[in-house]
Amino acid sequence: MSSVATGDVGVVSPGSSIGQLIHPAWVRVCHWTNAFAMVLMIMSGWQIYNASPLFDFVFPSAITLGGWLGGALLWHFAAMWLLMVNGLVYVTLGLVTGRFRRKLTPITPAGVVADAKAALAGRLAHDDLSTYNSVQKLLYAGIIVVAIVVVLSGLSIWKPVQLHWLTAVFGGYDVARYVHFTAMASIVAFVIVHVAMSLLVPKSLRTMITGR
Amino acid sequence: MLRRPKFLIAGVDKNLLVKDAAKLLPDPARRRFLAGGASLGALTLLTGCNVIDESSAETFLAQISKFNDAVQHAIFNANTLAPTFPDSAITKPFPFNAYYSVDDAPEIDGKDWALEVSGLVDNKKSWKLEELYALPQEKQVTRHICVEGWSAIGSWTGTPLRDFLKRIGADTRANYVWFRCAEGYTSPLDMKTALHPQTQMTFKFGDEILPKAYGYPMKIRVPTKLGFKNPKYVIAMEVTNDYKGGYWENQGYNSFSGS
Repeated sequence: MSSVATGDVGVVSPGSSIGQLIHPAWVRVCHWTNAFAMVLMIMSGWQIYNASPLFDFVFPSAITLGGWLGGALLWHFAAMWLLMVNGLVYVTLGLVTGRFRRKLTPITPAGVVADAKAALAGRLAHDDLSTYNSVQKLLYAGIIVVAIVVVLSGLSIWKPVQLHWLTAVFGGYDVARYVHFTAMASIVAFVIVHVAMSLLVPKSLRTMITGR
Repeated sequence: MLRRPKFLIAGVDKNLLVKDAAKLLPDPARRRFLAGGASLGALTLLTGCNVIDESSAETFLAQISKFNDAVQHAIFNANTLAPTFPDSAITKPFPFNAYYSVDDAPEIDGKDWALEVSGLVDNKKSWKLEELYALPQEKQVTRHICVEGWSAIGSWTGTPLRDFLKRIGADTRANYVWFRCAEGYTSPLDMKTALHPQTQMTFKFGDEILPKAYGYPMKIRVPTKLGFKNPKYVIAMEVTNDYKGGYWENQGYNSFSGS
C-alpha cells in the first residue's frame, strides 16, 4: 500500500489534501459519461434479456428501457458507441498519464485481506481521498477488467460470424450470452457497493464532481 | 418509420393479419416502445431531468440504427464464413418461430407455387418448384440466431443465391434483393450478403423437403444474418436499388442485422 499521496497531473497544492486536485477533468467527464451510458446499456439490456431469458426470471418492465425488444435493441446499439468510445478514452488516458499505475497498483493479497478486515470492522479511514486502500484498488482495477469483458462478450454476441474467433474465446455463442450476463451482474453488484460507499462518504461524491 | 406500417399488403388475408397483430402486440407497451412510460420515468428520475423527448429520441435512434447499418455493411467480409457444425450438433426439435403459430403458417401447394422474379434482372421468367429442385444444391449445418437471443443449429440444403442471381442475369451492383412471402412477410437483403457463398435458396431441412413449419416450399437461409432476415414461404424476389423496407425492419429492428 502506498501511504504517500503522489497526486496527479496538475496538482496545485501538494502536501495539502484540501484544494488538491484529486480527479482531473478527464476522469470526471469519463466517469459521468460512463455512468449515463451504463444505465442505458443495462436497462435496455434487461429488456433484451426478457425476450429470451437465460434464467427463471425476467426484469420488471418498470426498470427496463425500450418498451419492447426492438426499442431496447435500438437503445442498446446506440448507447454502445458512447460506452465504447468513452471507455477507450478513459483506458487510454489512464494508461498514458500513469494514473492507473499510481492509483491502482500495487495490489497485494496481504494488503487486501488487512484492509478488508479493517473495512468490515468499520475501522478503515477515508481521510485522504487521493489514495485508495487495497480493497478499493482491487475493486477499481477489477471493474475495468469486467468492463472489458462485458464489451468483448457483447461484441461476440453481436457479431458471432464476423468475429467468430472472439465468440470462440467466450466458448461459443450460447456461452457468450452467459458471460455477458455475468459481467453485467458483476457491474451491477459493483455499482450497488460503489453508490452506497459514495453516500457513506459524501465528500468522495463531491470530489468526483468538483475534482477537489 | 419505427411504427407498424399502417397499410395492408395486397394479397394478405386480413383475418390472418389481425390475428398476427394481436400476437405481435400482447403488451400495450410495445406499441409505444420509446415512451415505455415507467421505464422512461425511471430514466428521468435517474438523470434528474427530462432528457428524452419521445419523437426526437425516436428520430435520433433511427439515425443511429442507419449508421449501424452502414458500419455493419462496411465490416461485412464476404469471405468470412459462418461456422459450420457436424450433423450431431443439430438442435432437435428445431424450433418453429414466427409472429404467428405454426397452425396459421401458409399452406402452400407446391404444384401451384412459382417463384416470381422481377426488377433488375435479364430473365424475369417465373420458376416452378421442380425447375428449382433441378439446380445444383449444397448443404450447410449452421447456427440460426434469433433477434431474441436464442439460437439453434439446423441443416439446410438448397442452391446458393449468388448462383441463381447469376443464372437469371441479375444486376449484382444493385443494392438489394427484396423478398416477399406468402403470408405478406417482406424483407430486404443487401447485395453483399445476397452474394455471400453461404446465402442459400433452401428447399430441404435435415435432408427432407422443407416441412411447412420451416418455410415450404422455399426459404432463404442467411447464416450471416439474424433469423428474421431468413424469410420463409418466399413467393417473389426483386432485385432493386430501392430500400423497400420489411415486416420487422419497419417496426424498428435494425435492417442490416448481420451476425
